[in-house]
Amino acid sequence: MSGILVVLEERGGRISRFSWEAVAAGQRLGAQLDQPVSAIILGAETEPLATEIAARPLAKVLRVEHPLLARYTADGFTQALQQLIQKEWPAHVVLPHSYQVRDYAPALAARFGEALIGDVVAIGDGPVFTRQLLQGRLNGVYRHTGSGPCFVSVQAGAFRAELSETADLQPAPISLFTPALDPAQIRTKPAEPFRGSAQTVDLASAQRIVSVGRGIREAENIPLVQELATALDAELAASRPICDAGWLPLERQVGSSGQTVSPRLYLAVGISGAIQHQVGMKGAQCIVAINKDPDAPIFEIADYGIVGDLFEVVPALTQAVRAARQ
Amino acid sequence: MKIVVAIKQVPERDAQFRIDAQAKWIEEADLQFTLNESDAYALEEALQLKEQHGDEVIVVSAGPERIGTTLREALAKGADRAIHIECGDLGARDALGVARLLAAAIQPENPDLILTGLQSEDLGLGQTGVILAELLALPHASLILHVEKTETGLKVKRELEEGWFQTVELPTPAVLTIQSGGNKLRYATLMGIKRAKTKEVRRVTAAELAVDAAPVVVLERVALPQKQKSTQILPGTAKEAAEVLVEKLKVEVRVL
Repeated sequence: MSGILVVLEERGGRISRFSWEAVAAGQRLGAQLDQPVSAIILGAETEPLATEIAARPLAKVLRVEHPLLARYTADGFTQALQQLIQKEWPAHVVLPHSYQVRDYAPALAARFGEALIGDVVAIGDGPVFTRQLLQGRLNGVYRHTGSGPCFVSVQAGAFRAELSETADLQPAPISLFTPALDPAQIRTKPAEPFRGSAQTVDLASAQRIVSVGRGIREAENIPLVQELATALDAELAASRPICDAGWLPLERQVGSSGQTVSPRLYLAVGISGAIQHQVGMKGAQCIVAINKDPDAPIFEIADYGIVGDLFEVVPALTQAVRAARQ
Repeated sequence: MKIVVAIKQVPERDAQFRIDAQAKWIEEADLQFTLNESDAYALEEALQLKEQHGDEVIVVSAGPERIGTTLREALAKGADRAIHIECGDLGARDALGVARLLAAAIQPENPDLILTGLQSEDLGLGQTGVILAELLALPHASLILHVEKTETGLKVKRELEEGWFQTVELPTPAVLTIQSGGNKLRYATLMGIKRAKTKEVRRVTAAELAVDAAPVVVLERVALPQKQKSTQILPGTAKEAAEVLVEKLKVEVRVL
């Protein structure tokens, strides 16, 4: 049992950024264990993507191709990868921690009597794998003790995708693997993905965002934060619980299930900063957090913090901003 | 439709915690516990399906004595009966080990549908439901916001990334992991709390379920996260801190 297999994902005809980050994590492991790193791409037609992948510094690229893999299903992907992993028998299987991976990787690992080490943010000597616990307030260090392959998925943004020049590199060899799949084994019927609602707010291109979380307590208090956003000429956004409660529309949600933003200023009001929220906003140039809990995870990634009652700080800040902009 | 809901008791979201002496987990003696949020949505979905299609809702959970209060809370909200898997070493089991316990307890019930929350707020593994489906050889769908019963099975609304959704059809019996926010959660009524006292809570020990408990993944130690940035905490009263912040945004960050 040796080698590292990285499973890459296609999004809109391209390899997703998170997949390249998974490759970076795989290469980290490969360097540590002195083992070759190879890539897997699944689909009904994988040749163009495989050629793109082969330009990276990889031992080989495995195309897992079957008409039944045209659209993602947990059954199709699990069966196909199970067959390939049995054949290749790698020491590690690394995946991006996408919604798709979360849907099948735990079952895939269970087929080998293994458990996925999911949402990993760091890989240490051993190897040991760090993942966040208690909504990001605690880190846990995990070790694989099973006898089969070790399955690891990596959090978006945790590993830097290497985009170095690879022009002088010999392309990695590409091979084709055709899994044995039967339509009767695919038990779920997925339809074409659709957008939740017409997007009228473009948070992704906003320069300034004021975002509100659970700390606001009631829908009636939202205008307090809206006033601050208006004073700053910023878009108003929110963490998931606020949109779940219907206090702000879903299109204003920032985080893994909402939008990913990278404004110049992200001002988080009453947001603790759970992992799911952080992945949507940690690319902001300047993060300001206002929270009553000094141990809130948001302060780990904030540039400036005010520890205090948002019901006192926000009006004071609105006033100070207005005074400064006059 | 006979529905089993697998639920978990977790520390209160805002609970202050201390790392235990061995740095293996947190001191549990200090903590208040509650029903995991997405499990509450799974329970709500089950109760609404029961209201439309009848039959029974059974809640199942693994853990020590203290989880009894969470099972009673689920009964008070409207679940018909509960299964308490008595397990004092839940933390020593990995996701596969816990799913094995739940699968062994659920299998004899032969439900039409198994629901569980998307992920727990303490460990955040987000795997239990998917592994359960694998162990019970059932189809599954994850991150579900809405469930509709059809002639042949189920039609569910699945959440994808960045504001995208997808409709998935699957036959029953099936396992679904429920995302929070799809429904409005109900509170237990006084009558519900009274009734819950007479409802059945069947106890079964982890040993009786006789599943493989040897972990393949071990949590070696826990630690407080390292700061990724050097955060400047702005001191003073609200007014003072606000004024300093505005100055910083103007001069250092240049966004004003």
